Amino acid sequence: MENPMELARTGARRTRGRVVPAALAIGVVLLAAGCVPGTDGSGAAGAGTGAATAIPDPAKAGKTTLTVWDQEIRGGTNGEIQQLNREFERKYPNVRIKRVARSFTDLKTTLKLAVSGNHPPDVIQANQGYPDMVAFVRAGLLAPLDNYAGIYDWNTRYPATLLGLNRVSADGNDFGRGRLYGISQTGEYIGLYYNKDVLQKAGLQPPRTWGEFTDGLARLKDRGELPIQFGNLDKYPAIHTFGVLQDQLGAADARDTVLGRGDGFDNAATKNAAATLADWAKRGYLPGGANGLGYDDAAKKFASGDGAYLLTGTWQLADLKKPMGDKLGIVPPPPAKAGGDPVTTGGQGLAWSITSRSRHPEVAAAYLDFLTDAHAADVMTRHGVLPAVPAKAAAGVSPDSADGQMIAGWKRLSAADGLVPYLDYSTPTFYDTLSAALQGVVSGKTSPDSFAATLQKDYGAYRKKQREQHASAGPR
Amino acid sequence: MRLAALTRAYRRRAPGEPRAIGYLYILPALIVYAVFLLYPFGQSVWLSFVHWDGLTVATPAGFDNYRALFTDPSLRAPFLHALLLLVFYAALPVAIGLLLAAVMTRARVRGMTFFRTVLFLPQVLALIVVGVAWRSILAPDGLLNDVLRAVGLGGLARPWLGDYTWALPAVGVVGTWVGTGLCMVLFLAGAQRIPRELYEAARMDGAGPLREFRTVTLPGLRPQIAVALTLTIVAGLRNFDLIYITTSGGPGNATSVPAYEVYHRAFESNQVGSAAAVGVALTVLIFVLTVTVSRLVEGRRA
Repeated sequence: MENPMELARTGARRTRGRVVPAALAIGVVLLAAGCVPGTDGSGAAGAGTGAATAIPDPAKAGKTTLTVWDQEIRGGTNGEIQQLNREFERKYPNVRIKRVARSFTDLKTTLKLAVSGNHPPDVIQANQGYPDMVAFVRAGLLAPLDNYAGIYDWNTRYPATLLGLNRVSADGNDFGRGRLYGISQTGEYIGLYYNKDVLQKAGLQPPRTWGEFTDGLARLKDRGELPIQFGNLDKYPAIHTFGVLQDQLGAADARDTVLGRGDGFDNAATKNAAATLADWAKRGYLPGGANGLGYDDAAKKFASGDGAYLLTGTWQLADLKKPMGDKLGIVPPPPAKAGGDPVTTGGQGLAWSITSRSRHPEVAAAYLDFLTDAHAADVMTRHGVLPAVPAKAAAGVSPDSADGQMIAGWKRLSAADGLVPYLDYSTPTFYDTLSAALQGVVSGKTSPDSFAATLQKDYGAYRKKQREQHASAGPR
Repeated sequence: MRLAALTRAYRRRAPGEPRAIGYLYILPALIVYAVFLLYPFGQSVWLSFVHWDGLTVATPAGFDNYRALFTDPSLRAPFLHALLLLVFYAALPVAIGLLLAAVMTRARVRGMTFFRTVLFLPQVLALIVVGVAWRSILAPDGLLNDVLRAVGLGGLARPWLGDYTWALPAVGVVGTWVGTGLCMVLFLAGAQRIPRELYEAARMDGAGPLREFRTVTLPGLRPQIAVALTLTIVAGLRNFDLIYITTSGGPGNATSVPAYEVYHRAFESNQVGSAAAVGVALTVLIFVLTVTVSRLVEGRRA
């Protein structure tokens, strides 16, 4: 019976968990390249190019055991990590990887004690955002990775937007900029899944524009089909749906707000997005009583043909493809104009970080590089996992398959800088505030105005606290 | 002089009264108790007076965390929910248990052991299992709504766990289902110890079933009722698993309870001090309620 609970919870990790390990043991980490860990990591990029000799060689590290805590226990990701670990050990026979794999919830609840204890793991996967990554950095438990980013060319391997999500400011107050504290393996975004059969029966094509998509909803409803499958009992799924709606109305503002440099949530985009969500629920475009339906139950219903669309993350693809086969399609939420730039909520998997008291930071850095390089990307693709930076194997995936669509969508989003971070990153308490308020919106209990006011109150209070911390503490 | 006084004091004790040496015998148990319960509890009390995120250095909070229990609506609400849930977790199981026990002792029911076992069964299931099962029963197209629609009451069907009004009672009903069997078994056992002569005397005086229940069974079951109430109240206030699995405190915060709040604050939102304060307050509440129960129901000083 652990399983249903597990299932009920795993989705949450996508909004709540991202991890980045970095340590304040800068001195240990600084290598021959001699670059100073910058506050934005840009300085390290230049130094990296000519520093080939500075790449650490784990083979010379002697007999080493690397303890790694991760949460990649789902089918595809587990297989991919197991294979890469095996290959790393074969490449460096002197290194043994001691892997501790736990479900996201279990990892999240035990990691704090582990990293602050006397024998912290060397590499951990920690959640991005304030509750985990920022809290660890503030406590000095993660090692900054800017110089490795230079040595290994991570700065050029990854788009700046993605690296930004793994950054924390030097004073440990702000998320989204500053030093690099981790590197992610996988990419993910909220996509529009569709059931080709259901659309065809209603005489619809997969939508190319946002207008086509929303116009089709009424038609599906008239034909007796459920337009959008949606279950919000677990509280977080509405964050994704709402995020997509808000991105359509003002993606740039939303991103600035999440990263702490925007005006917040008291604006037209927020209110209109909430109004649209409430309207969908009222018109029956969403299942009646969506607040009482579980996330995984909704996905299962969609897979069995109940519902034309499902708005959720790419992490669901493998599970949906198994029962649906060729009936399944996925695109990023369609842009306003056909062929325009898509935009959606998304980001990357939990970051892999190095703890500040790791005794083998160089071996750990080599391991992080190995987990994220082009070869690793190919291994991920073969396991049905979306790599943050797709490589050769991705080109071999049929563009008509759901996997091919997912990869193509990710490339378009990356090229257009069309990813907006999860809204619950905004403040340490924002997950609670947002998910509870959205259940009110879905049920028609909370008006768009009071919804926006609730979010703004939480957001404003935290920004005020941050400003006070800046003023009183200064850079640490 | 002092020795004489001590001897006198020692002699004054009635036979069988506790002596200092008695504590030596319970010392091993006391040590275990202190290490695993008293010490952690003391630590919780200490933590409740600081602001701590679990990682960085804690700062003193004074009574801030406790004051917030009264001023912060998101902390006040869970306690109100818990008290309301006690109706479902304690009052109803005891009432239904009494009813079942009264019926079962009076009427000769065939296959009595079978019914007793079935009614007791929820008690032996892990609450995780109970939660998962009820989550699917209460789903929008789950068993309960299917049944309502089948008997023409489709208008009553609703997403029970996602409904602002009904989510709390829905979780409460699960608690009633779990607790009733235990109460019934306790009362059945207690009823067997009531002397038959009392019933015969009552009947000779012309008492009907109702009066018989009120004058013989109910007073006879006092100790069992006290035990049942204590157990169900403690279980009800500690209730975490059911909430965690069925609603995570939603919709909105309509079903958040203190025990869930402790977990949530300590492990999910880095408010360890606040979590400790909720935990300590919950402990005090449980203590006060159980003492009250044993005084009122059992009729003796606790």
